[in-house]
Amino acid sequence: MAIASENNVQPDVMAKAIKEAVFAGVVAFCMFLLFVGIETYQDINNQLVWRTRWGLLAVFVAVAVVGRFVTVAFIKPHLDKRKLAKAKTGVLDISEEKSFFHKHFLKIALVFLLCYPFLAMMIFGRQGSLKYVDNFGIQILIYVMLAWGLNIVVGLAGLLDLGYVAFYAVGAYSYALLSSYFGFSFWLLLPMAGILAALWGVILGFPVLRLRGDYLAIVTLAFGEIIRLVLINWTDVTRGTFGISGIAKASFFGIWSFDVGAANNFNKAWGLPSSSVYYKMFLFYIILALCMLTAYVTIRLRRMPIGRAWEALREDEIACRSLGINTVATKLTAFATGAMFGGFAGSFFAARQGFVSPESFVFLESAVILAIVVLGGMGSLTGIAIAAVVMVGGTELLREMEFLKHVFGPDFTPELYRMLLFGLAMIIVMLFKPRGFVGTREPTAFLKERKAVSGSFTKEGHG
Amino acid sequence: MTGEPLLKVQAVETYYGNIRALSGVDVDVHKGEIVSLIGANGAGKSTLMMTICGSPQARTGQVIFDGEDITRLPTHLIARKRIAQSPEGRRIFPRMTVYENLQMGAGLDNLKYFNEDVEKIFTLFPRLKERQSQRGGTLSGGEQQMLSIGRALMARPKLLLLDEPSLGLAPLIVKGIFEAIKKLNKEEGLTVFLVEQNAFAALKLSDRGYVMVNGKVTMSGTGKELLINPEVRAAYLEGGRH
Ligand SMILES: Nc1ncnc2c1ncn2[C@@H]1O[C@H](COP(=O)(O)OP(=O)(O)O)[C@@H](O)[C@H]1O
Ligand SMILES: [Mg+2]
Repeated sequence: MAIASENNVQPDVMAKAIKEAVFAGVVAFCMFLLFVGIETYQDINNQLVWRTRWGLLAVFVAVAVVGRFVTVAFIKPHLDKRKLAKAKTGVLDISEEKSFFHKHFLKIALVFLLCYPFLAMMIFGRQGSLKYVDNFGIQILIYVMLAWGLNIVVGLAGLLDLGYVAFYAVGAYSYALLSSYFGFSFWLLLPMAGILAALWGVILGFPVLRLRGDYLAIVTLAFGEIIRLVLINWTDVTRGTFGISGIAKASFFGIWSFDVGAANNFNKAWGLPSSSVYYKMFLFYIILALCMLTAYVTIRLRRMPIGRAWEALREDEIACRSLGINTVATKLTAFATGAMFGGFAGSFFAARQGFVSPESFVFLESAVILAIVVLGGMGSLTGIAIAAVVMVGGTELLREMEFLKHVFGPDFTPELYRMLLFGLAMIIVMLFKPRGFVGTREPTAFLKERKAVSGSFTKEGHG
Repeated sequence: MTGEPLLKVQAVETYYGNIRALSGVDVDVHKGEIVSLIGANGAGKSTLMMTICGSPQARTGQVIFDGEDITRLPTHLIARKRIAQSPEGRRIFPRMTVYENLQMGAGLDNLKYFNEDVEKIFTLFPRLKERQSQRGGTLSGGEQQMLSIGRALMARPKLLLLDEPSLGLAPLIVKGIFEAIKKLNKEEGLTVFLVEQNAFAALKLSDRGYVMVNGKVTMSGTGKELLINPEVRAAYLEGGRH
């Protein structure tokens, strides 16, 4: 019976798909007409003039039409069929027989990360691997760390912080300034930057933490901007928009240096050819270790009273107070802990770049980090890491997509569309997984043995 | 009743902004008693509960617990004096499991007595044991109420405040919950201050009761006295009997 009805439905689906595709085309045309179809530029006389880009507009509209058609005609019926089949068998496909890969995902991921720089070197050669270790590896791990740090504030404690990048900036400038003025080493400044950022977290947190939700978000947003403006305008110390350059590199725990001219140069000591790739590999392992530290602390804290209090605070502040929890102190520790990891990441960033300027700490960075946390599923470390890989890796990949120039024309710069990628990812994730990649919260305590959490089968109302 | 009461609410006035919600309320709760407070919607019952817990704080008057003035203490410090509350609307943690919710209740002693206490709660409410790894938000109303009371009990309270435990629950479940309260009071000597609109069930359970109208206590007496009082019967019992 099911088969017969499916056959009847088929032509309807096609008609519907065509209708919706045309509709999507019209919407895309109207939306992109001004954004894509018309371009403004300055001519030789420095006058603002405009020209049309019908070809590019046509490509955009075509993508919308084809995409919508495929979705409605093929993808959606396929998904519905699968859902129906699943419902018929009456079996929930959970737990019990997870695949080997699924069960050992974290271990596999960690082993892969440990081997990653060497793998890259083996496959792409010494110079070729630079891009993969630095642009992909280090860049992604910095965002993983930032997102995990912000996760403590937003994901666990439920405090919407739109100015997280401020702590990243505090960490970066702490390292840049203290290293260039006093010559302190990376290994001394790393913890100091963390502590300073945490201190700023407390200073900011103290007056604003009685605010809730939207109000807190706005104040943290303002705080992020204030820090950036101070960095721009306090030119005596920070050199303003010029930024601080020539920041000292991290050393191999003080034993070997990565400066080319130094007597105890790492490459020379080990008889390696001179190449910056070894320094990058070293940095890769540092940020990997920092990420592991963040994850370890987060996992441990979640099982401790303070971590439980954070999570309870996100759920119900009034109930927390009536259970004897000091909500102000709890929020402050969440803020400070999150800020501390932001500070670590910042000082690492400064050491890696050798250069910091206020440019790197704009609101967009906060938004990107927050988007990663939300996409990953607030609170889930694995989900957030995956989101960071997809989003940051995706951005880097866009840079690589030179072939797109053949589709969209020679003056198409793919990385300018990075926000489009974010928007698309947001929409897709929110459509199919409204709670993020990994939307279910993993309980931290069990009576005797771990039982499947039956609540995760049912839809949750809110919270 | 003789001796100092465990909880003494004295001439308390509480305001929301400029609006007076409580005007000169006096209530005593002695050790080992079940005392209930009945009154219509909006009479100020929940406000009194929350005033005892310090949020909002009383503008004038005093709340004295165990011989100590707690009127101006912040809420979390009042809770640490072992006043536990199952608030209006239950306020369990919806994304946490039943087990974790109970853990949150035992935070004051840093889970020192957790294992022994959680067994007690599970004997009192076997339903919670069955549901221990289920998320709080997916429990039925009755189970949520049990969890809310269970969580409050995990703090080993000297005084248990219950705000409308019967709200929105089927009569049979209400009966079960009230029996559990009675049992705790009988067997462990737990002191309970109970707010209810379900006046009949509450007064039957209670040693003493207060009637609140428009932010004032208008009547008080033993549970039995109030149950047969014609005014109380007319206002809260006729037609409202479960
Ligand atoms: N947060 C609040 N802000 C302002 N007014 C409030 C607030 N909470 C309660 N009230 C008012 O105080 C009065 C008493 O409310 P409440 O204590 O909740 O009554 P009850 O619990 O007896 O139904 C009502 O008139 C109500 O509108
Ligand atoms: Mg009420």
